[in-house]
Amino acid sequence: MKNMIRKATRHVNQNEGLIFEKSSPGKAAWKLPPLDVPEVDVSKLLGSSERKDLGNMPEVSEIEIIRHFTRLSTWNYAIDLGMYPLGSCTMKYNPRVNEAVARVEGIANGHPYQPEKISQGALRILKTLSECLIDITGMDAITMQPAAGAHGEMTGLLMVRAYHHAQGRPRKKILIPDSAHGTNPATAAMVDYAVENLKSDSRGMVDIAALEAQMNEDVAALMLTNPNTLGVFEQQIHKIADILHSKGGLLYMDGANMNALVGKVRPGDFGVDVMHLNLHKTFSTPHGGGGPGSGPVAIKKILEPFLPTPVVVTKADGTLGFDYDRPQSVGRVRAFYGNFGMFVRALAYIQANGPDGLRQTTEDAVLNANYIRKGLEGTYDLPYSTPTMHEVVFSDKLQAKKGVRTMDIAKRLIDYGFHPYTTAFPLIVPGALMIEPTESESKEEMDLFVDAMKSIAEEVEEDAQTVLDAPHSTRVSRLDETAAARKPVLRWKPAV
Amino acid sequence: MRYLPKSPADREAMLKAIGLRSVDELFAPIPAEYRLSRDLKVPRQMAESEIVDYFRERSRENGEGYTSFLGAGAYAHYRPIIIDSLISRGEFLTAYTPYQAEISQGTLQSIFEFQTMICELTGMEVANASMYDGSTAAAEAVMMAVRLTGRRSVVVARSLHPEYREVLATYATHQGMPLSVAGFTDEGRVNLSELEKSITPETACVLIQSPNFFGTIEDVAAIAEIAHKHGAMLVVSIAEAVSLGIVEPPRKADVIAMEAQSFGVPLGFGGPYCGVIATREKFVRQMPGRLVGQTVDKQGRRGFVLTLATREQHIRREKATSNICTNQALVALMVNIFMNVYGKVGLKELAKQNLAKTAYAAAQFAKHGKLLFAGSPRFNEFVLQTDEDPRAINNRLLEHKVVGGLPLKKFYPELGNAALWCCTELTTRSAIDTAVGLVAESKRSAPSAPAKEEAGVVEVAR
Amino acid sequence: MAYPTDRKYSKSHEWIQASGTTAAIGITDHAQEALGDIVFVELPKVGAELAAGKGFGTVESVKAVSDLYAPATGTVTETNADLATSPENVNKDPHGSWMMKITLKNPGELDALLSAADYEKFVAEEAGH
Repeated sequence: MKNMIRKATRHVNQNEGLIFEKSSPGKAAWKLPPLDVPEVDVSKLLGSSERKDLGNMPEVSEIEIIRHFTRLSTWNYAIDLGMYPLGSCTMKYNPRVNEAVARVEGIANGHPYQPEKISQGALRILKTLSECLIDITGMDAITMQPAAGAHGEMTGLLMVRAYHHAQGRPRKKILIPDSAHGTNPATAAMVDYAVENLKSDSRGMVDIAALEAQMNEDVAALMLTNPNTLGVFEQQIHKIADILHSKGGLLYMDGANMNALVGKVRPGDFGVDVMHLNLHKTFSTPHGGGGPGSGPVAIKKILEPFLPTPVVVTKADGTLGFDYDRPQSVGRVRAFYGNFGMFVRALAYIQANGPDGLRQTTEDAVLNANYIRKGLEGTYDLPYSTPTMHEVVFSDKLQAKKGVRTMDIAKRLIDYGFHPYTTAFPLIVPGALMIEPTESESKEEMDLFVDAMKSIAEEVEEDAQTVLDAPHSTRVSRLDETAAARKPVLRWKPAV
Repeated sequence: MRYLPKSPADREAMLKAIGLRSVDELFAPIPAEYRLSRDLKVPRQMAESEIVDYFRERSRENGEGYTSFLGAGAYAHYRPIIIDSLISRGEFLTAYTPYQAEISQGTLQSIFEFQTMICELTGMEVANASMYDGSTAAAEAVMMAVRLTGRRSVVVARSLHPEYREVLATYATHQGMPLSVAGFTDEGRVNLSELEKSITPETACVLIQSPNFFGTIEDVAAIAEIAHKHGAMLVVSIAEAVSLGIVEPPRKADVIAMEAQSFGVPLGFGGPYCGVIATREKFVRQMPGRLVGQTVDKQGRRGFVLTLATREQHIRREKATSNICTNQALVALMVNIFMNVYGKVGLKELAKQNLAKTAYAAAQFAKHGKLLFAGSPRFNEFVLQTDEDPRAINNRLLEHKVVGGLPLKKFYPELGNAALWCCTELTTRSAIDTAVGLVAESKRSAPSAPAKEEAGVVEVAR
Repeated sequence: MAYPTDRKYSKSHEWIQASGTTAAIGITDHAQEALGDIVFVELPKVGAELAAGKGFGTVESVKAVSDLYAPATGTVTETNADLATSPENVNKDPHGSWMMKITLKNPGELDALLSAADYEKFVAEEAGH
């Protein structure tokens, strides 16, 4: 390890077994209040449905639970510890006021079926956030119901399908660029569309000639990520929209990268008909180790009749309520109204920023990505020189000559105190290193990152094996994923 | 802006390093005619204190301080304090999906423990790392049965949560999956002869809920026998997880689709919640969603990784088992901590209190109405039929800061003036007695025309 | 590894070894090398009808899935049960680890497939691209 490692120092962390290994009969972390109604005879009430045994459920005390999860937590990397340069994932700061307001009593304890007249607070939050997101995207209406980005994609495509059906011309195909997220084709298949690949041109953008050739009246929509997964803005976006619209198709935008656009440009203004947002990316709701997400879908007026039920409306007396009477709706995609707790956090984030803060946030995100690009150009191969927005994609071409691939460099980055960048995506760049710093990084943190990446590149030249064997500083070294997949062990079992 | 860690001088220095003069040049790739030249129409930048005030005000407009008898797929149980202390740790709250196993062992091990406990509670062999919620988990479980059997049609119990049925209908419409519905008997359980008639050689699975939407416990073994006799699978939805403390799990099911919200997840006006799918080992490759498996590192030390990823969208793309790309990790962590707190003995005692409160309430309410499905075993919900429209009853209760049972007319018009009531360990005897007294008032006062607010209440009933 | 000359090869990297009207099918050394550590083999049921050139199953490594294509038309008579518990056999001995046996509908179809020498040449050409 070169002397350039300045970010991290090794320190002791605690070992901890599985909770089941600490369990023993008679330990408890619970206490119920005395029962204020008569005791019941369970076997009389439930008969053969009575459960007698809860198997190997643990029995532990409160301090053991606290230590257990606290120890486990220290084995995780997190944004709170440092930069998370995961391209496409937008790992930005998760403000703590968001968490506090989501736990205010009436918000945390509101029942989804409580009468509307005592739900005005929740309805107001839904409506206000909806209005904010509609203006941010430049669209006309929105549904907040989808539980995550991929769920939003499904909802959006259901509306596309319903729209074409209402036009009397159901269509068969969705066009998807080769740089797309894997969810796009998976979603199209779920909604029973055939997927047709669309190739990118040499600048990493949609190949307009190919689009013109492939576009016909069988195509329901193009699913486009903009900026795309190379971090490149589709400069011919208006032309793309025109080609689709001229043949009656719709333009779907995967809003995964909306954080590059907020306050600077609006998808609704450049021809998008339907798009989803990821509140956990652009609007700072926490990733939480992999969820919960939230994937609102914003649409143009032509799709409004097809929104999932219910939608929030203002009633004659000025109060807010839900409208369920929507005969052309695609139906429900989730019970209740969506991941409401995430709406609270997203609205708090928008309030903390205001219009000026949101714009500055976007500018800083793009500035950061370009700063890193400048810092690493020459050290790592840059397959597309097209201008970068919020993320930049390098390849491992120079390092591969020494047998070191993107995953090895990523693992070595862990020893330098950083989370790896995104590897092996987008698919159009073999050996991709996809880096997205987000606006949350200071110049100092990014300088450390650039130093670390340069140091690893030097190591590749001088001592490739160190990189190939990385990480060296973690609790566990590289894990045997092959063994895990061949003979899956998916749960703990007591020793016999 | 307080979340942005840069001084004007930093920005200047960075622009200079890149070789640009202004930030505008960074946005040059965006055609000028589309660039926004005005401020967004969003609230002005607010101080943290103002934000807190704003949401406190919304909270006051949102049923703060009301006593509620609502359940119907969203249950008010006590949430132990340590849940929020632990999930608020930044290492859990602000971590990414654990793809980089070496620096994600905390999340991975906790999910492995979660999977194990879900297996123990459901009696299944494998469980995934969680899904969006109970309704989408049920729809995904049905699609799984369709893949496994190679058959396409589905029989759904009418006693399944109506919104779960709506979600399934949305998913099924474009998958070419015909749905048929099996009704319920006077006992509030699936009508077995109707069920058997609905099953055809094309039936992939039967989907039921137990305890069902009315709180009644289904005869799962009998239903399983009928389904299996015809080569169909049985998918069981469990919406009230606490029932598993005292109600025998549906061991004869092939797939269980659960909603684990009851285990320490706030009601939060309907989400985020925590769906889970559990099944038999032999079906695991058709199960959607993330899975954590145990393995070893190069030195032979135990560790955990995301595994069987080839089922998922980022590898199989349009051939994936589902487009699902996330789980509900942080919510699953709440569920996990809750299961640890109550554990083997506490969960049983907790469920027992729910049972006792509900038995007491049902007996009291039955004095002033008709308890439907009275002969069937139930967990913590019951259906009360009254002479008076339950929406009028509820308007009266609201004046006393009590939220009554869920009127069922919109979902089940055949049940007439019926409402679904729920009691949990948090429902006090005095709250029950108060509500019973208010329901009884209709007998004393002459029946009046439905109250004005009724329209609003009807909509909520959906 | 030398490609055995007692069988034929497809351009989608399967081998087929016929004996009369029955034949065994597997994947080539080149295919297993390209896939990496194989963790799962998904095969059709006995009695399934295969059509030449059409997909019949998949092989999975940790992070990739590849479709298998039938080199000839026929009916599945037997699948290799060992692969369910030991998929690694395909890596260790690709030409010895048959995946399934079929009854050939039209043994003449095999004439259109590649010989060992031609397959080796084909693989070399593909790598050159």
